Amino acid sequence: MLRLSLGAKFTLGTIVAIALAFMYIPLFLVVVNSFSAARLSSWPIDSFSTIWWEKAFVSEPIRAALLNSVIVGLGATTIALILGTLVAFALQRYTFFGKQSVNLLVVLPIALPGIVTGVALNNTYNRVLEPIGIEVGYFGMIIAHGSFCIVMVFNNVLARLRRINPSIEEASRDLGATPWQTFRLVTFPQFRSAFVAGAILAFALSFDEVVVTIFTAPPGVDTLPLWIMNQMARPNEASLVNVVATIVIVASFIPVWVSQRLARGADERD
Amino acid sequence: MNRRAQLSALLALPMLWLIGIYIFSLIMLLVTAFWVTDPFTSKVKPGFTLRNFEQIIANPAYASTSIRTLGIALAVTVLSILISVPLGIFMAKVASPKLRAILAVAITLPLWAGYLVKILAMRITFTEDGFFNSMLGPLGISGPGFSIVTVVLTLTYLWLPYMAVPVYTAIRQLPPNLFDASADLGAGAGFTIRTVVLPLIKPAIIAGSIFTFSLSLGDYIAAKFVGGSTQMIGSIIASNINLNPPIAAAFSLVPIAFVVVYLVVVQRTGALERM
Amino acid sequence: MRAKIMTGAAILAVAALALTACTTESNGTAAGGLSIDVPDIPMLEELGEMESEVNIVAWSGFVEPAWTDEFTAETGCTVNRRVAGTSDEMVQLMRTGDYDVVSASGDASLRLIAGGDVQPINLDLVPNFGDDIVEGMKGQIYDTINGKSYGVPIGRGANILQYNSDVVTEAPTSWDVAWEADSPYAGQIIAYDAPIYIADAAVYLMAHEPDLGITNPYALDETQLDAAIDLLKQQNKIVSEYWADPAAQITSFAGGTSALGTSWEILRKLTDDDKFKSVLPEEGSTGWSDAWMIAAESESPNCAYAWVDYTSAAEVNGAIATNFGMAPANAAFCETSDEAAAHCEYFNATDEEYFSNVWFWTTPIEQCIDGRTDATCTNFQQWTDAWLSVKG
Repeated sequence: MLRLSLGAKFTLGTIVAIALAFMYIPLFLVVVNSFSAARLSSWPIDSFSTIWWEKAFVSEPIRAALLNSVIVGLGATTIALILGTLVAFALQRYTFFGKQSVNLLVVLPIALPGIVTGVALNNTYNRVLEPIGIEVGYFGMIIAHGSFCIVMVFNNVLARLRRINPSIEEASRDLGATPWQTFRLVTFPQFRSAFVAGAILAFALSFDEVVVTIFTAPPGVDTLPLWIMNQMARPNEASLVNVVATIVIVASFIPVWVSQRLARGADERD
Repeated sequence: MNRRAQLSALLALPMLWLIGIYIFSLIMLLVTAFWVTDPFTSKVKPGFTLRNFEQIIANPAYASTSIRTLGIALAVTVLSILISVPLGIFMAKVASPKLRAILAVAITLPLWAGYLVKILAMRITFTEDGFFNSMLGPLGISGPGFSIVTVVLTLTYLWLPYMAVPVYTAIRQLPPNLFDASADLGAGAGFTIRTVVLPLIKPAIIAGSIFTFSLSLGDYIAAKFVGGSTQMIGSIIASNINLNPPIAAAFSLVPIAFVVVYLVVVQRTGALERM
Repeated sequence: MRAKIMTGAAILAVAALALTACTTESNGTAAGGLSIDVPDIPMLEELGEMESEVNIVAWSGFVEPAWTDEFTAETGCTVNRRVAGTSDEMVQLMRTGDYDVVSASGDASLRLIAGGDVQPINLDLVPNFGDDIVEGMKGQIYDTINGKSYGVPIGRGANILQYNSDVVTEAPTSWDVAWEADSPYAGQIIAYDAPIYIADAAVYLMAHEPDLGITNPYALDETQLDAAIDLLKQQNKIVSEYWADPAAQITSFAGGTSALGTSWEILRKLTDDDKFKSVLPEEGSTGWSDAWMIAAESESPNCAYAWVDYTSAAEVNGAIATNFGMAPANAAFCETSDEAAAHCEYFNATDEEYFSNVWFWTTPIEQCIDGRTDATCTNFQQWTDAWLSVKG
């Protein structure tokens, strides 16, 4: 344990309290507004009602959008986990010409405005792939999301790999373990928490994406952010978005909790 | 397997994906930076001109917007670090195991509220009669309204978990005896944090800063909603991508240049290669 | 059938229709004697078998299950919707070739026509486009070029001046409170966030700086554009914020950040608060008018035509107008019920005098659409570039 003076603990505690207030006041407003009778979020709230909850529960478009977002998010996260981990290993374990370019390549998709990525990929789907008979369809947006999620896994895993002592792996090999056994039993447990953190952040980034999705989703397919954007453009029933956000926050509690436990299992062995 | 073959095996799939799909698409779009636009149909014709770059240099709005966006991205990154490091130390080294578990969930929970929903929540926090002013107004404090400050706060709010999660993960994995050793040698907490903790979590801070910096650089919807009259690089690219694609393409090279410089600077710190 | 559009400004257009009937030349004479060079896209002569689906890019609220379900049941065409947030996105999406139909606003339609992205519409195949379409939406420059019709109107609205009567106690009659540097409401003014907003400055200059000689806010030569930009820069110092998203605009007024500025009737209505009032100021204003257009390369032209016709019927057109909150194109809707009549009254649906003061969004092009031949006008690219310098 870090031995801290009372003053230091107090300072830390204050910063944490401010940070939490900063994170949770907007969330509080979202949750409270889901019970507002008004059409659109506001503060203060004039009258309360559960009308938006009733509407949300019978809404078919919300369910469809939520399902699409989960599918796309899982697909993109899977791609990101595989490709991101591979690149992280390549960059950490080897020195080669163009290493920095590879790093740049991975970061680029999140640094460019979504509209650039969206329009660029859309061009390729329509002008290059379609003429040669490849219809990406639904996979178009999974490919797009996968591309900008790679960096999430890559950076997290890379940061962890830099701190792993290579002599442990050498010892494992010297003791006769196959490369796969070494990876599975020695290397992976050491970066598992970073792997899980990367997966959560990748999924969250995909789950939030608006602009790239507009250009890569097939006609008629809405993800949750697209549905939300649509509600905000015609605010007859915009308070519905607060209900949906509240439901998603509550529902996310379980997978987040599980992933924390998973990550913890790894840490305790360090 | 020799090392070269191993490296190729590791990189083959990711490079095939990133270069074959993403970079290929990007180049197809960005090459139009040198092309010309038909003024009426706004369709692009192949050719070679530097006029698009000249236009960007001629109109001072492009330069001021670039600098403003860079400033915002850096401010968001610094603010995120200033919050994440104490938060991570508190969680990993001060909080009880139970509180730690709660906080670990607490820092990821805001990720699920939805980007646009969070931005709208920031709007009603910072409108004139909004939450911020109604709570702190009686104390004589008034909020920043919709301005560049609100853009920085909103982007920090949006991207904070992308910094806080890796930083916390890194602090959590520091061996506890390291702190004991430091303390036994008579180092104070502040000194220990500065000289022992920070260097060790540097890779995680860098990883997080790449997220906060890059994501802020490319964002423009936050500025549109809470920025008052703040204009960012993305706003300009979005309004040109249809009417004048070559200008949008040419201007896209600015955030690319910023990221290149950022990565180089980060590497120069040497932390990347240190264990 | 042609007689049905032979009214008002469209008479010349019909003359041109007759012309184009015997020539394949794409540039005849259009309304106002204006001829614009546009690609020659063939018009559909007759309908065939329905395809299985139709992909539509639309504004939020234009394509909803409440009326698409019945359409699918009647025609067998499944409707796949994509909602776009801005005109730029809309044009961009149409250029992907994935979509058959678009609900284009005037600042997008001319771009689509000139780019060869949409096809001329054979109004004979749209029986619901009839006498009941309001006069002000027929044969307009933004959707009828060289006598060919490219769009079937959906609805329209004006960009009005909205104000908070608690703050703005004296009811404004002019836009000066939103433009002049000495406005008593400096710091509480909300402005629209798009290059097309330059036209709003031009409308104001048209009334207050007659020496500039602006006769159409979408036909600005370089001097006139510079004057409009100077006015916008002056306004930039007194605005609280710019809005492009309706939710942002409403929260700006409701949250007290803005006390007056550009709005739509529907946005005022959605505040659900009588302290917010609106006026169409004496200078007139800009406005928007939306029309269905069909993609040049549509893979489902029959479903597309069926959709355009189906939504032009009084009930469906009215449902869209009611849902979005705008004046319907089909005036027959106004007589279907008391509720419909009230809607039409509220949104001035058949009040042509009201709309005669409204300059509907039109894509600015090099050719001066006010009829000047001795001047070169600024095009939309120049507007976009100039707009950037307003916010700096």
